[in-house]
Formats: sequence, structure tokens, C-alpha cells
Amino acid sequence: MSLTAGQGGSGAGSSGTPRGFAEHGSAHGGHGTETAPYERLFRGERLAQLEQLFTLYPTKQACLLPALWMIQEARGWISEPAIGEVAEVLGLTPAYVKGVVTFYTMYHTHPVGRHFIQVCTTTPCNICGAEDVVRALLEQTGCRELGATSPDGRFTVIEVECLGACGFATPILVDDDFIENVTPEKIAGILQRYE
Amino acid sequence: MGYPHPSHPKENPVLSKHFGDPEARSFDGWVKRGGYEALRKVLRMSPEAVVEEIKTSGLRGRGGAGFPTGLKWSLMPKADGRPHYLVCNADESEPGTFKDREIMRWTPHQLLEGCAIAAYAIGAERCYIYIRGEFTEPLKIMQQAIDEATAKGAVGANVFGSGKRIEMIIHRGAGAYICGEETAMLNSIEGKRGNPRIKPPYPAQAGVFGMPTTINNVETLAAVPHIIMRGGEWYKGLALGNPKSTGTKLISVCGHIQRPGNYEVTMGTPMKELIYEMCGGMRPGRTLKAVIPGGSSVPIMSAAEAEDCLLDYEGVVAKGSMLGSAGMIVMDDTTDMVYQIWRLARFYAHESCAQCTQCREGTAWSVRILERILTGKGKQEHFQLLLDLSDNMTGKTICVLSDSCAAPIVSGIQKFRHEFEAYIQGAREPAMAGV
Repeated sequence: MSLTAGQGGSGAGSSGTPRGFAEHGSAHGGHGTETAPYERLFRGERLAQLEQLFTLYPTKQACLLPALWMIQEARGWISEPAIGEVAEVLGLTPAYVKGVVTFYTMYHTHPVGRHFIQVCTTTPCNICGAEDVVRALLEQTGCRELGATSPDGRFTVIEVECLGACGFATPILVDDDFIENVTPEKIAGILQRYE
Repeated sequence: MGYPHPSHPKENPVLSKHFGDPEARSFDGWVKRGGYEALRKVLRMSPEAVVEEIKTSGLRGRGGAGFPTGLKWSLMPKADGRPHYLVCNADESEPGTFKDREIMRWTPHQLLEGCAIAAYAIGAERCYIYIRGEFTEPLKIMQQAIDEATAKGAVGANVFGSGKRIEMIIHRGAGAYICGEETAMLNSIEGKRGNPRIKPPYPAQAGVFGMPTTINNVETLAAVPHIIMRGGEWYKGLALGNPKSTGTKLISVCGHIQRPGNYEVTMGTPMKELIYEMCGGMRPGRTLKAVIPGGSSVPIMSAAEAEDCLLDYEGVVAKGSMLGSAGMIVMDDTTDMVYQIWRLARFYAHESCAQCTQCREGTAWSVRILERILTGKGKQEHFQLLLDLSDNMTGKTICVLSDSCAAPIVSGIQKFRHEFEAYIQGAREPAMAGV
């Protein structure tokens, strides 16, 4: 288990580490001794961004989903120490934050490939051949099974429920790119665009 | 991509008039097309007069429930010193439905203008636009539109110099169908899990952050500027079927159809005209087997029921289903109904927020029983078991997610029982391998 961010300066003293935070990280991280020191995200510019968000809602807690998005965008996934940091900046408990993180399907609680592919297979796409798209993707990315990352670390493929583009079956999301009308024949060309 | 089809002569494009026109996306482009005139007009009216105009129009909620919009607005308390909120439901996730996405992609200012008018009418200074996390493109386009409209003074601290403050804030979802349920959405905005709330209190009494709140669907709000400009009476006159369903409706058509897409029709248009004329009918050599007319949460209609169905709230109810969000899933004779009903049950089982036992257990067990049937291990008693489960899932939970799971199962057994029988009796090869 390794954390994404690890710039040398992260340990610039323990002053940035909230009380109880390191404990939490090791208690849930499993491999406490191997875990690289966690670098806080909400410092400097990012903290200013978060504080700007506070002005849009009457409670700090309402910034929970946006804060989790910020973590995921910066770090690729939401680790236990990241959950601890978010809890601390918003005045919540880590357990509460984890409950929210795991409720929503788009937050990753483990690292994923460099490119994350979500394929819609709900009924409207299903009757238009979505399962063939899934099979072709698993084969051509090398992921082999749903939720797994390809050996080269390039892709992770998952099935998702309705992406809301049923008239353009089958839609897939590659990272933030929403691609419509995907068929097994188009997959090689699409994958080429993602290194 | 996803460029809309050219409008069919039988369509009545009001909301969709500028779909496919990239220039309509910018503030100036929208103003050139008559945009923001309705908002300017409203600022010279009293909020009560705005509500009255919407009441006159007969506009009903386009998210699925069909609740009269003017009435919903009028349930908000009068200026009581507390902050009021408007929430725009852009969490479009109902399988078969993809209309709100097109409204946001092509005409973001149409939606913003509708939001601003609604906020004015209910006395809200803030509008949260809750957009599902997967809608990466609409998220970007809507944010650009808000930035532009704010810079031009159409929304923000002082709307067109009127002294009125109406701020637009996008709240991005993170993957949860249930957040389209209005009270789950409120919880999600508050930074909580998206569990629906017990009503009462209704959102107009205690909504987001405990304050009076109105939640409206994207399409509902997008219709508002047109009603303000052309009058409630004009909108009310758009009704081919009956006077209780007025205006135009975007119907998303998908599945086994020649030309899938969004079609804007006058309420009361025959379903047959939509399928066979506007959408070009079935694929060559194929015939219609079933239609799910209102997004996946409504009962399945047989081809015979679709034959003379009128597309409005009452017309679809008369045929045993519901107009819902008007996401029409068309299925031809190649469709394995049992497999697709299983796939729908899997959707609901995955999306259950799990707080009500009937839903958490009922959706999961429905999936397992349907899997037994599909793996060739079905028994006659499974029919009654599925129906009993469905009965426990209908009208007995906090929200209607489990009712939505039961709807296709019950109607599927009623109308396509022979397909279940074929699996149970071994007349059909199992569709999945046994575990």
C-alpha cells in the first residue's frame, strides 16, 4: 500500500499534523510501518480553495463531498489518512467521513489504474450490447476482470449503473471523458488515446 | 458527439429548439435568442404573480412525480426571515432518461434563467444545482455558464441591478442514484450519506439545512422562462390528450429503435407516432415486444398496450404504467424479458441506500431468485415468492426505490409469464451459468 503524493517536503515538521490524525492513519491503514508519511492536501492554495467553498454553504460539513473530490482529483484515490485529514478540517469524525466516502460509488478507496474506465451496463445499454463492450474492454486493456487493474498499471475497468446517456448506447467514461456509442470495434482506437 | 437529430415535423420544440446549436451556449448567444428577457420581466412582477402564472400554465414536475409546479412553489412560507433555498435536481440517473443532460449541454442559460425565476418566486437567494458526478461535460458547461451569467450580472449579488441576490452554486454528486430522490439530495448537499428522509416535514417546511426549500427538476425549470414570456394560457393550450397534462415534454427514446434520441412533443401525442414516425420504428425485420415508458421505475407495457397509448400523465396511467421521467425503453422481439428484469432488479439492489429492510433485503433477494430462474434452477413457487416480496416492497418504505424494483417484476410476471415458465420448465437454455 503506498500513497500517491510523496514530495520530499511533506514532513516539514509535525506542526501540520492534526492531533490524533497519525494514530488514525496507522490504525486503519493495515500496513502502518510501510506507509509513507502522509502529505496534507489542504495547505496553502488548496486550503484557500476549501475556505472559499465554506462561503457557499451555511455549514462546513456541506463541503464534505467537494473536499473529497479535491482529494481524489489530486491524489487519485481517498486513503485512510486522507479521510482523517478531511474529517479534521471539517470538524467531523473519520468514521463519519468514511461512512460517506463508501456510500458514494465514485470515490476510490484504493488506488486504481492511470486511466479509470466506467462502462454502463444497465438495461437500456444492456439490450444494445453493453456486455460485449465490457468483454472487449477487459480483454484489450489486459484487466481480465472487473475492478482489477491491468498489469501495466494503465487501466482499471468497472461496470457502472446507468450513466444517463441511454440513447447513445453504450456510453463509457474514461477518466473525465464521456464517450458515447461505444462498440467493441471502437475500443482499440479509444484505448490508444490513453497512455 | 451526441449531436441531436434534426427536429421532426411532429415534434414541438420549445425547450429543445436550440439543441445542437453551439452558439446558444454562450451568454451573448442566449441573449440573442431572446434569453434572459423572462428574468428581466419577472423582476418587474411580484413573486406571487410569478407563481400564479406558473399555476395557470398547468406545468407539472418533469422529474417523475408530476406534482403541479405552481402549487409546489406556493407551499413555501412567505418571507419569514429565514433563508429559503431552491435546489435544481440535475441528478438524472433514471435508466432510460437522458433529457436533462441535453438541456444542460446545449442550453445551460435556459436552465439558469429558469432557476433564477424560480428562486425569485420562492424568495430564495441561493440555488444549489445538484449535478450527478458522472456528468463531466454538463458540469463543465454549467459552471462556465454560471461564471458568465455572474459576470454579466444576470445572477449573483444584484440581479440586473434590481438589488435582488440570486446565487447559483453547483454541487457535484459522487455516484448514487438515490440522490435523485429529493430528500436524499438534501442530505447529500449537507455532506451526508444520501439517505431519503421521512416526510413530513416536507422540504417546503424544513428542507436543506432545515430551511424552506423547493426542489425542481431541470426540465421543469427550463420550461419556466417560456411560460413567463408566452403566458400560462399559451402553455395550458398545449394539450392534445386532456387538460391535466399541459405543455411539451421531452421524451428520451432508447433501446431497440432506429433513431434513439430526445423528442419534444406536445402532451397527449400518441406513443405510436413517436415510435414509428419520429423515431423511425423498429430495426429491420423486428417487431415491438415491450415498452417501459417512464424510466425503469414504472410498470412494463406490452406492445398491445403501447399501440393506443397517449403520451401524457393520464394517458400512460390508463395503460397501466406511468409517464414518470419519460425515459422510454423500447424492446423488440429479441429481448429476453427475464434477463432484463433481472438486470433492472440488480440496478435497484445496487442503488438501495439500505436504510429500509424491505428495500435492502427485498431488492437483493429479488435478484437472487431471478438468478435462480435464469440459471435453470427456477421453481413454480418462485412466482409467488417474487410477488410476495414485491408486495412487501410496495408502499412500505421511506422512498419509492423498492416500489420501483417491484414495478418491472410484477408487471413482467403479469405480461411475460411464459418467458419465466420457459426457464423454469427447462424449455429454454439457462441464460447464466450456475454458481
